[in-house]
Amino acid sequence: MKLAWTLGIFVALVVLLAVGLRLDPREVPSPLIGKPAPAFELPLLAAPDKTFSQKDMLGKVWVLNVWASWCAPCLVEHPQITRLAASGVAPVVGLNYKDLREDALPWLARNGNPFVATVYDSAGRIAIDYGVYGVPETYVIDRKGVIRYKRIGPVTPEILKEKIEPLLRELNA
Amino acid sequence: MHRFLLVLVCGLAFAQEDPALEKRVHDLSSELRCLVCQNQTLADSSAPLAVDLRNQVREQLKGGKSERDVIDFLVARYGDFVLYRPPLKASTVLLWTGPFILLAFGLLFLVLRIRRKAPPAPELSAADRERAAKLLE
Repeated sequence: MKLAWTLGIFVALVVLLAVGLRLDPREVPSPLIGKPAPAFELPLLAAPDKTFSQKDMLGKVWVLNVWASWCAPCLVEHPQITRLAASGVAPVVGLNYKDLREDALPWLARNGNPFVATVYDSAGRIAIDYGVYGVPETYVIDRKGVIRYKRIGPVTPEILKEKIEPLLRELNA
Repeated sequence: MHRFLLVLVCGLAFAQEDPALEKRVHDLSSELRCLVCQNQTLADSSAPLAVDLRNQVREQLKGGKSERDVIDFLVARYGDFVLYRPPLKASTVLLWTGPFILLAFGLLFLVLRIRRKAPPAPELSAADRERAAKLLE
């Protein structure tokens, strides 16, 4: 009887830890899923005199990728973003976060530019509207301009294959 | 050196500009979680995002918004997680009631334990009573 109790408590603890330790406390569920993508009208990274707005993407399923040249994980996920853009499933728009043009533009030249457009949010004000708290962050936005998915942290090959690409195909169907 | 002093004085003047506002900013950001370093408040954290968010809080309070408005602004973007005192709703029921459930379990365990430890007093037969009475004489 006593052994059964001890064993029961032990198993319960193992299960609790097995689940608890696998959860990522940095992954906070975003309240923005299912809400319209916050409006912005920002200058382009490459052309300060031109602006770009989320309205320009209405009618298309698209991906918004928040990145910065000073952000190491952004470099890690860059091949995935490049692959996604090259696959043609959906256009990817970049949002350059709290960066300097003289750092960001060479970064793109060096690592490749997969973005149909990159907007320049030097103060990080629009990123606050998107609930950004750690770059990189990636959003899937549908034809009506509603956020359908958000990834906090780098996009891994698994996440691209299992989450983002199937969702894009579904939304495009 | 003079320039340094000037900057320092200006900085102090700026900080002291409106002590009442600064107090409101500080009080409110002490209730809010910094999302970068999750166990620090927005008031304590020096992460760049925390600085930006504190500036947002200051700007909005200065613009005449209430504490409630600012909290709603942040919750709409970052979720209930920014609140150190999350609201009671379906997803947070366990969070609020968990400690009391544990306490109830503990009390139940204790009661059962105490009951088991105290077996009923054995009935004494007439012969036993007589023996006891004799021994006590």
